[in-house]
Amino acid sequence: MSDTMLEVRGLNAWYGESHILHGVDFDVKPGEVVTLLGRNGAGKTTTMKSIMGLVGNRTGSVKFNGTETIGLRSDRIAHLGIAICPEERGIFASLNVTENLMLPPVIAPGGLSVAEIHELFPNLKERATSQGTKLSGGEQQMLAIGRILRTGAKLLLLDEPTEGLAPVIVQQIGRTIRAIKERGFTVLLVEQNFRFAATVADRHYVVDHGVVIDMIPNAELEQNMDKLHDYLGV
Amino acid sequence: MLFGYNLSPILAQSVLGMVNGAFYALLSLGLAIIFGLLNIINFAHGALYMLGAVVSYLLLHFLGIGYWPALVLAPLIVGAFGVLLERTMINRLYKLDHLYGLLLTFGVALILEGIVRNSIGSSGVTYSVPEALRGATRLGFMIMPTYRLWVVVASFVICITTWLILEKTPIGATLRAATENAALVQSFGVNVPRLITLTYGAGVGLAGLAGVMAAPVYSVNPNMGSDVIIVVFAVVVIGGMGSILGSILTGFGLGLLEGLTKSIYPEASGVVVFVLMIVVLLTRPAGLFGKAA
Repeated sequence: MSDTMLEVRGLNAWYGESHILHGVDFDVKPGEVVTLLGRNGAGKTTTMKSIMGLVGNRTGSVKFNGTETIGLRSDRIAHLGIAICPEERGIFASLNVTENLMLPPVIAPGGLSVAEIHELFPNLKERATSQGTKLSGGEQQMLAIGRILRTGAKLLLLDEPTEGLAPVIVQQIGRTIRAIKERGFTVLLVEQNFRFAATVADRHYVVDHGVVIDMIPNAELEQNMDKLHDYLGV
Repeated sequence: MLFGYNLSPILAQSVLGMVNGAFYALLSLGLAIIFGLLNIINFAHGALYMLGAVVSYLLLHFLGIGYWPALVLAPLIVGAFGVLLERTMINRLYKLDHLYGLLLTFGVALILEGIVRNSIGSSGVTYSVPEALRGATRLGFMIMPTYRLWVVVASFVICITTWLILEKTPIGATLRAATENAALVQSFGVNVPRLITLTYGAGVGLAGLAGVMAAPVYSVNPNMGSDVIIVVFAVVVIGGMGSILGSILTGFGLGLLEGLTKSIYPEASGVVVFVLMIVVLLTRPAGLFGKAA
């Protein structure tokens, strides 16, 4: 295996006529937690979707463990070992909690067992037969993360997992990300909340207007606070 | 006796109405599954039902293959034809307006009917009832032709089995999820294009199966599909587009309603379904079992 797990070079993406990504470059190494920071509309979610093959029109290069994925269909990309937890969570209303959890097929060994997922998120066990969309926002987020931990995917794309959630749930999700990092998973995280990102990530890429404009290691976050405030407009 | 009516002819007509209901249910079930996942209004459904009957006739007359094997073979053949149709034509239409799918499948229906009309003629051919199901069965309040009883029972079992597969199995859960958000299900590693093809094949296979079961009841003729499909679309509208259980219950229910009307006011039996459709559209536009958009 090469030193880089995910290698993104010159990634361009379009939604219809709108040109969203203008040559995104970044790397993720195995076992890292890396965030994409940036303002609303900077292209973070589109970057995630492009990696997963969910944006129809994309060019450039996305290599996963050395395999070029730019021309592949999303189900093929999934089988290479990438899984997404989308921003809108994507919980299915016509499926109950257990069916939602069991929906993504196992693509490789090394995923968490259902018992381990229930240990991380006890609520999912209690509400196993509830309709997926009857769960609270926090529980839906746990379900959306939990179901991709089962599949054996090694790179997890988490798109704003803390958005709109109560602080106690945000802490639980933070603990979860640290726990799965310890288990050897690699995480690419989109976050608006860089204070949360700082508690889990190794490195941060700053995205603006469809390109990566900077990389800040988590250890140097304090020294770069002014710059970061400037980038994010906070 | 109730309100001056002798009940047993009414009951008898209702049960006979269930025979039509059995075909409505099988056909609208397939339509609902196809519409749910493919978003295609499959106008070829009636023609594929007719094809099921024609295939079982051809199997018998050219290969000597009887009713029971045909019950398995004809749906497989019709299903395989559906797979071919989806792979080569329908799959080009998913990004376009509903209208294109409707036009294509309507055209396919006309072509199939034309081919059958040229080969076996408009008046059709007969297909005899299999030996084991000849004669009549005493039900207490009526004597029912055994074959028709078989049609009602078999269709009910097939519909319930299909519903259980959709509601209670992992493949059913995948299908329901793909109906909600196909792109996300595909990004989990599910081969959604293949799922769509097989779903279309299974849906039209059900139509083929209904066709085999219909062959001994009605004459096998090129128009048998277009005769029934208009009512079946009314069933789908009344039950609610895409609702699986709704299409089964509405199918049987409307057969029953037609039968009842036939014994109480026969002149209205041909329009009662459409009157009900108008009432449902005015009061519950999403259908009796559909969810409001």
